[in-house]
Amino acid sequence: MLDDFFIRALIAGIGVAIVTGPLGCFVVWRRLSYFGDTLAHSALLGVTLAYSMEFNIAFSVFIISSLIALTLIQLQKRTNLPGDALLGLLAHSSLAVGLVVIGFLSFIRFDIMGLLFGDILAVTVDDLLIIWIGGALILLILKLIWKPLFASTVNYELAEAEGLNPDRAKAIFTILMAAIIAISIKMVGLLLITGMLIIPAAMARNISSSPQKMVIYSIIGGLLSVILGLFSSLEFNTASGPSIIAASLFLFILSLLNIKQSIKLKN
Amino acid sequence: MSSDQNILVKLNKAGFSLNNKWLVKGVSLQVEKGKIVTLIGPNGSGKSTTAKIALGIYKKIDGSVEKYTNKVGYVPQKISIDWTLPLRVNDFMVLTESLNKESIDEALSLTGVIHLKDKNLGDLSGGEFQRVLLARAISKKPELLVLDEPVQGVDFTGEIALYELIKKISDELNCGILLISHDLHTVMSATDHVVCLNGHVCCSGSPMDVAKNNEYKALFGEQASQILSRYEHRHDHVHTSEGEIKKN
Repeated sequence: MLDDFFIRALIAGIGVAIVTGPLGCFVVWRRLSYFGDTLAHSALLGVTLAYSMEFNIAFSVFIISSLIALTLIQLQKRTNLPGDALLGLLAHSSLAVGLVVIGFLSFIRFDIMGLLFGDILAVTVDDLLIIWIGGALILLILKLIWKPLFASTVNYELAEAEGLNPDRAKAIFTILMAAIIAISIKMVGLLLITGMLIIPAAMARNISSSPQKMVIYSIIGGLLSVILGLFSSLEFNTASGPSIIAASLFLFILSLLNIKQSIKLKN
Repeated sequence: MSSDQNILVKLNKAGFSLNNKWLVKGVSLQVEKGKIVTLIGPNGSGKSTTAKIALGIYKKIDGSVEKYTNKVGYVPQKISIDWTLPLRVNDFMVLTESLNKESIDEALSLTGVIHLKDKNLGDLSGGEFQRVLLARAISKKPELLVLDEPVQGVDFTGEIALYELIKKISDELNCGILLISHDLHTVMSATDHVVCLNGHVCCSGSPMDVAKNNEYKALFGEQASQILSRYEHRHDHVHTSEGEIKKN
């Protein structure tokens, strides 16, 4: 069964969606969408290093993205530049450096489109293992830091005052962000990973009344997007990443209709 | 009375500076089990800063803080909650500690907002939200309560009831309370120890001692001083039905 590339893609996508659901909620709550973008852009550098040193891609991306995240934290402490300028600086410079390095690696044939927008054909059985084992680890760690992370998302000082150690939770969360980008890069592509994090969570926000519900709806939305997107990718011969994101946009628009209805009901 | 085991938090000449400016400096105080310590002082005198030093929110401080408990309930003066979060009162109650339904309901009933349990936090009025904040802080049965103007925006009758509740909690749970309040009446009637701040400790002691202090008079004016002395008056003698004054 795993011989069929489509089944592999589906299993991979489902694994990714289960993890991006809860992480995406935190990205929306903590306003980290541009931060996610920056880590994803830097992933290109990770991929090129992986190719040039014949390294595992997910692992290399994880290392590079974590380094970029740590660099960002240091820059925030040491400069007076606003956060969004620093993010832009890191995002575009690491993307540029990645592309320049690709230029030097002329002896390797790169599927740049696949890298940027995802390629379902490229998902191997090894990738499935990385996605599912890595994903399970990410979810386990997220569950362990849930309370301090959520409490400090609501209010940092309350969490700190009542002894929850929010700084540690934030640092661990940053690493988890790098990890999810590393394991999902083949599915969605590095330009669209943030969409996979944000759009299902944003859709879930429109229809949920509590944080737990939002996480569950976000996972369901991600799953539906993956299934819908992959089938249409097969049908119309489009890249897998954009198809999945387009499907999630479709779900988001549906959730907007739900809001309109509930507003009408209130009136 | 003040044996060391009873101390919950102790500040030794603590101070905090931001951008080379001292917000507060040289504050020494301690909160003990079952006692209410109140911080008073004009705006910008460092009351909230002192509370945050005691809580360990500010880390790069001058002097030292010794905290002997981790069971802390905090009602901040200002709280900015991001409404991108779908958060009901019930979710907010279990923010920092998992509680069973009974404890949640009990705390919400005590502060008179049990009917708001399933409401979205963003839909509450200022006073309602303040009551929820107080309920959350007491629901976990803390050993140390830090209340930074806990009744702001609460209606007049509610204010009195909540201050009575705070006093009751301090007695029942035997927890120490660090209170910041502008209401001098309350400060005087319910407090064990008053610390008057103005960037540093102006004066401190029992409510009566502070009322007599000249620095306090200079800071708050003659009228405030009278509020205190009236309180003192009430307690140092009784008026008999014949109109006579009888010393206690």
